Amino acid sequence: MLTAVAIAVDGLGFAAWLFLSSVGLTLIYGVMRILNIAHGGFYALGAYSAAWSVGLYVQTGSNVAFTYLLIPAAAIVVGVVAGLLIERGVLRFMYGRDEVLMVLVTYALFLILEDATKLIWGTESYVAFQPAYYLGTIDVFDIPYTVYKFLIIGVAVLCGLSLWLVLTHTRSGKLLLVVIEDREISSALGINVTLFFTVTFVIGATLGALGGAITAPEISVSPGIGAEVIVMAFAVIVIGGMGSVGGAMIGAVIVGLARAASVHIYPPAELFSIYLVMAAVLAVKPYGLFALAEGRKI
Amino acid sequence: MRISPRTTKSVKTIIRKGISLSAVAIAGSLGLAVMASPTMAEEEKTVKVGFVTFLSGGAAGPFGVPARNAAELMIQSINAGAVPAPYNSAGFAGAKIDPIFVDENSKQKVADYQKLVQKDEVDMIVGYISSGSCKAIAPAAEEAKKLTILFDCGTPQIFEEIVTDPKYTFRTGGHATMDNVAAARYLEASGVKSDSIAGINQNYAWGQDSWRDFSASMKVIEEGTEIATEQFPKIYSGQYGSEISALLTKKPDVVHSSFWGGDMEAFILQGAARGIFDRSKVVLTTGETAMHRLGAQMPDGTIIGARGPHGDLAPDSELNDWFRKAYFDRFGTLPTYPSYKMAQAILGMKAAADKAGSADQEAVIGALKGLEWEGPSGMVSMALSNGHQAIQDTAYGTYKYDKDSGKAMLVDIKRFNATCVNPPAGVTSIEWIEGGFQGANCN
Repeated sequence: MLTAVAIAVDGLGFAAWLFLSSVGLTLIYGVMRILNIAHGGFYALGAYSAAWSVGLYVQTGSNVAFTYLLIPAAAIVVGVVAGLLIERGVLRFMYGRDEVLMVLVTYALFLILEDATKLIWGTESYVAFQPAYYLGTIDVFDIPYTVYKFLIIGVAVLCGLSLWLVLTHTRSGKLLLVVIEDREISSALGINVTLFFTVTFVIGATLGALGGAITAPEISVSPGIGAEVIVMAFAVIVIGGMGSVGGAMIGAVIVGLARAASVHIYPPAELFSIYLVMAAVLAVKPYGLFALAEGRKI
Repeated sequence: MRISPRTTKSVKTIIRKGISLSAVAIAGSLGLAVMASPTMAEEEKTVKVGFVTFLSGGAAGPFGVPARNAAELMIQSINAGAVPAPYNSAGFAGAKIDPIFVDENSKQKVADYQKLVQKDEVDMIVGYISSGSCKAIAPAAEEAKKLTILFDCGTPQIFEEIVTDPKYTFRTGGHATMDNVAAARYLEASGVKSDSIAGINQNYAWGQDSWRDFSASMKVIEEGTEIATEQFPKIYSGQYGSEISALLTKKPDVVHSSFWGGDMEAFILQGAARGIFDRSKVVLTTGETAMHRLGAQMPDGTIIGARGPHGDLAPDSELNDWFRKAYFDRFGTLPTYPSYKMAQAILGMKAAADKAGSADQEAVIGALKGLEWEGPSGMVSMALSNGHQAIQDTAYGTYKYDKDSGKAMLVDIKRFNATCVNPPAGVTSIEWIEGGFQGANCN
């Protein structure tokens, strides 16, 4: 029982992090058909900016509670600025190119972002633990968990619900779904696809930065964290179906639970479990669980 | 003015004499230059050394950069003859060190190594923090026939399995067996209850070998010790929620971790918040690199190692005092163990070159084999693997944070002889441990 509960809580905690780290990636792919490797760079920017600003703030001796506003604010600032710069400065000149070429372009952008992060914040790691410690712990069957972990789960659920509501219950969201469905028809219907591209990329970049920012208090923010997250995020969106926000959520939960079960029951298979799940899903559904059906154009 | 023939003759004479004098002067200068040239060439003799450490990626901040800083300090000091005796002569046997720094954070480590050898034409190479790097580089060094000093990486596999008869590869720091046998001996000497143990180590050579040596040592030292759980998360994963839950669920008496860098700091932050350090005695074999950075966030009572008697575990000596002061004056922070190990490697090379009277590769190799020299953290002896693998005394301590002064410190420091925590020559680490530490001298 204890192990089952631990697997459930740990799995959901890891899934929340995975979802927040990957939802921006799948959103950008769904709308723009760009597998954005630079997403890892946005994650790192978010983590560094949050850790840095939290560090500066707590040095003033002020109430730690304010950091819960500071973290998303830092993510929004760097996400919007970096997203706009990259989309307007580079990607808009590349639209319509082959998807593989776009992978190379975004990989180059990822390397640039990595170096930019190093130039701004140096090679030393940043530790901004105060928000994770401030709320204390809560015991679940004699296992203490930080309340902050449940906060991350809540934020992930909130992000998922908000995106779902925006996509299905607002005019802009419905138009975006049309753009995801077919760009050419959307354009022919008079939808400003270019504007949707820009807005989507900035939102995706901000979500990536938010993933990093909200994780920052739990980790040591150091060079290279962006490279690690992109691999896991890619596995999640492949399982869920590239371009599907709901798929990313389900994919994250499956991977999170599989990894937690492995850690508790058979630790040597921890890494293998993630890719085993991926292989099993792709064997049955080659385009992922919730991949959008694509019409064949003649 | 009219010029008479006599005047013309005088002018010609003066010009002729001038030419003669100039010729003599030029000849003299040339002669002096020729006579002086061997001395000047000798003065300008250099030895080109490639230094490879992490300059980017997660290992740069806690390891690569402190190691590079130490290299810069030692190179400048050695070239100026400013290191305390017996290292107070300039250069390697008079040859000034000409460094090239290369980033270890590369997907093509062997190609980078070959570039250093073939294109940059270095005379020797010092480097490599990751055990994965060393496993790739050691065979490449033997193939390239280039003197290569592994200054930090820890896996015992290097000379026990990968290159069993090394000619060109040396390691000037102790390997993981020393760290983990000493950790087990520290627990025993401190009377820590060790009925059950657990490990959380990175899933590659360093983590696996560290846990193998620690758990095997504990089984020998504490008969009946049970392994509660063995966790091997991927390196750089950073998220240890599930692993910490597993450790909390199994309730081991001791938790062992050879985590380093950002992974170690993340584990400390996540584990301390959830009480793992209160429920179990946690041993961090590389904890010294994080203790000053984390301060109050490192829980009191954590057992801390430094992969040798480095940093806060270094014994007092003139060389150690000089090194700490010079490093602090230059970089504004105290040196951690990667800095010590880099300084140790460079001083070993200098000691070998000075002993041989030459910085030529073959001379240095001959002198370095089996050499004993003093580093900032004490005596080092190339006692294993046919004189290619170093051993040295080591130490562990228990962490304590002084809230009043805001200082991180180690208390209850226990020192172990090199021969107490290292296998004798000709015996592999695991054979020695499982055989009950035959021949260990712990007095």
